[in-house]
Amino acid sequence: MAELSHLDKLEAEAIYIMREVAAECEKVVMLYSIGKDSSVMLHLAKKAFYPENPPFPLMHIDTTWKFREMIEFRDRMAKESGMELIVYTNDEGVKKGINPFDHGSIYTDVMKTQALKQALDKYGFTAAFGGGRRDEEKSRAKERIFSFRNANHAWEPKKQRPEMWKLYNSQIIKGESIRVFPLSNWTERDIWQYIERENIPIVPLYYAKERPVVERDGNIIMVDDDRMKLLPGEEVQMKKIRFRTLGCYPLTGGVESSADNLHDIIGETLSAVSSERTSRVIDHEESASMERRKREGYF
Amino acid sequence: MKSLLKFITCGSVDDGKSTLIGHMLYDAKLIFADQKRALEMDSKIGSTGGELDYSLLLDGLMAEREQGITIDVAYRYFTTEKRSFIVADTPGHEEYTRNMAVGASFAELAILLIDASAGVMVQTKRHLRICALMGIRHFVFVVNKMDLTGYDKNVYDRIKRDIEELAEDIKTESLYIIPVSATKGDNITNPSENMKWFDGSPLLSYLEEIEIEDNSGEGGFVMPVQRVCRPNYSFRGFQGQVERGSISTGDEIVSYPSGEKASVKELYICDKKTDSAVAGQPLTIVIDREMDISRGCVIVSERKVSVNNLFKGKMLWLDDEPLKMGKSYYLKVGTKKVPASVIRIRHKVDVNTGSHIACDTLVKNEIGVVEVMLAEKTVFAPFDDIREIGCFILIDSESNMTSACGVVEHELRRGQNVVWQDMDVTRELREQKLGQQARTVWFTGLSGAGKSTLANALEKRLIMMGRHTMILDGDNVRHGLNNNLGFTDSDRSENIRRIAEASKLLNDAGIIVMVSCIAPYDRDRRNAKKIIGDSFREIYVSTSIEECEKRDVKGLYDKARKNEIPNFTGVSSEYQIPDCADLVIDTESRDVEECVDEIMDKLGL
Repeated sequence: MAELSHLDKLEAEAIYIMREVAAECEKVVMLYSIGKDSSVMLHLAKKAFYPENPPFPLMHIDTTWKFREMIEFRDRMAKESGMELIVYTNDEGVKKGINPFDHGSIYTDVMKTQALKQALDKYGFTAAFGGGRRDEEKSRAKERIFSFRNANHAWEPKKQRPEMWKLYNSQIIKGESIRVFPLSNWTERDIWQYIERENIPIVPLYYAKERPVVERDGNIIMVDDDRMKLLPGEEVQMKKIRFRTLGCYPLTGGVESSADNLHDIIGETLSAVSSERTSRVIDHEESASMERRKREGYF
Repeated sequence: MKSLLKFITCGSVDDGKSTLIGHMLYDAKLIFADQKRALEMDSKIGSTGGELDYSLLLDGLMAEREQGITIDVAYRYFTTEKRSFIVADTPGHEEYTRNMAVGASFAELAILLIDASAGVMVQTKRHLRICALMGIRHFVFVVNKMDLTGYDKNVYDRIKRDIEELAEDIKTESLYIIPVSATKGDNITNPSENMKWFDGSPLLSYLEEIEIEDNSGEGGFVMPVQRVCRPNYSFRGFQGQVERGSISTGDEIVSYPSGEKASVKELYICDKKTDSAVAGQPLTIVIDREMDISRGCVIVSERKVSVNNLFKGKMLWLDDEPLKMGKSYYLKVGTKKVPASVIRIRHKVDVNTGSHIACDTLVKNEIGVVEVMLAEKTVFAPFDDIREIGCFILIDSESNMTSACGVVEHELRRGQNVVWQDMDVTRELREQKLGQQARTVWFTGLSGAGKSTLANALEKRLIMMGRHTMILDGDNVRHGLNNNLGFTDSDRSENIRRIAEASKLLNDAGIIVMVSCIAPYDRDRRNAKKIIGDSFREIYVSTSIEECEKRDVKGLYDKARKNEIPNFTGVSSEYQIPDCADLVIDTESRDVEECVDEIMDKLGL
């Protein structure tokens, strides 16, 4: 008998986790951020419950600053999946004109962290799937697959419950909730290889293409719409770039690349000299910034 | 496709676990340039000497960096030419042993570090025993900090003898002992120039080559049911992961605990219909007949499992709260969650010597051999036979904490071996089983004040909340228990005394009691409080005599005024108003449910 491959094992683990959550948790949602990890997660959910549709909705926290191609892709994927799509935006933040150019870390807090908390409270979700992976960043490397949040949605790293074998303890008291990371043990390389193997659709921004960009603070930022104001001396250039991670366009740096197919992307990933989160502008601030944001309730 | 090895590093604090892994990643060129830059920067600020501090690559949490210790398990992923690895770097501090156990439950191989200048420590032995308990059978002992001993072979040999002696206590499939220096890099990725007397492989080479046998495909089929999939009336599939063996369409299966048989009609691996499936695959099974199968059932084929409510097991206590004998926990085994109690502790294990110690509780980080009773017959197997349904966790039913993890040694048949621990079944234990605190809520007040109405409404509310209750109504008790008593002062006192004693017995059984009884005299009520103790709560229903007479539901006031009833409280006999009631309830301005709200709230019921 042929042994299961590394990817088969990761797939089985993620599906096992999803089925456990669906069976044990009261009100479940899948956070869908449109990126490659979310694409893999959605694909796995469809496989896990087949022939049933996944028994939970998708939810996207829309900061209003996502790449336009992401939003088109999101709507198409949701329609094809037959799952309900909840889109939530912190309207308060929009009214106040909070934006990534003028407000820096406040923007992330208001439009992402606060928005997520508001959305989870509004719908009363007790368990939310997220696409986080332990290889992304140091404090994620320490997070359990079932990660508990108190009534204020805060993570308490010193109080993590022991997680033994695959006996997940999903018991919570009212007000608490669980973030579940079925892709915890996947690496960036696994994600790409799985996308290739399963032929999973991804946002075209991952593929290299001529795009209008400016260079700002050492990052290549794509000019996705006219809300992006050029600084003195900046000039829009056309460059062949692609993105390793996707987020809000003003905060997501692209890389110059000619990889316009999966095979080349995987090749680039395997020989990469930088870890993927370096292309996220907010992570540069300090080495512990991610943990701090998670304690405050960021996913 | 490269094979995958999941391993952990453990050992005492400061033995250099994080440094070892950090150095391995660095030497094998497995860290990204930006991580390397961050490391060089962090080292300048954080480390003591100015040399690269490799542990900074792994210690991710702020608290850890501040304290310089590892408090939680960190997972790292790396791939060499020959193999993919996931390493769980675990904390050495005794306080964080449970986080170390988390890592051990996930790993196939354990690296135990020993400080060459200190030798085998108690913590090394504890970690070794926990690794063995969690099912690890492959061990590498890394004798670290050899540079501090001047790379002395004698030091290494002495420690090697200690390790070999220690390993006799546990089940091992492979054992490797290697001298290294994690800070200097000896025997990490390359053979050490400083220890030419050692002819084994460097650590990384050994990890790349060690073979871990996987026998999950052998023997009969086992699949715990995770959920039932029914998208429509015509399809009903049982979903789970194949844990052991294989299955094909047409095979006969048995579902436990019921023991009913059926044939496999259709199989799906994820979304693909298939003819057969093997261990490790996510499966959906459709059978050829209607059968009552739900989450927690286990579908097997040609495999023996236990269906029982009693087993002997070995467990590691994880919770800050010690084990309470007889307390109701939830036990999770496979996909089944069931109420369970530890009914006996055979002994605990001295982590240092391995000897057995008699005890009546387990505290955090202790390993004990116990007998566990489940609330219903459940499917499980000895851990050594079917690991996936042979391990369990205990969950505290109040705090939701994962209190313990353990493994099944074997089932127990009632009457065979089962001896109940010398255990006092106390009121506290009974209360805990019922999930409530016993109370006597004593309603006093004039006849017609609304005592019984309130007591009944309160009881209904409590019952709706799943509480266990009893009502003692003064009038009713006089028909039975107290039917030999009249209304003289001494008979009234005896009436109250008996009601108080009965309440206390019910409280001892864990029950919440509502007493409605006039109890006009202060001394009698004080006596009742003395008998019942801390659980006593007095509620004075303060309805005025005028209002009571107006209500006069039973026509008693009318009769009393006509002198047809002697010694009638409020008319021809005194009612002493309580001066220290826990709550005074005014029924004249509010409806019954509002009064119940106030009682629930003020008495914390």
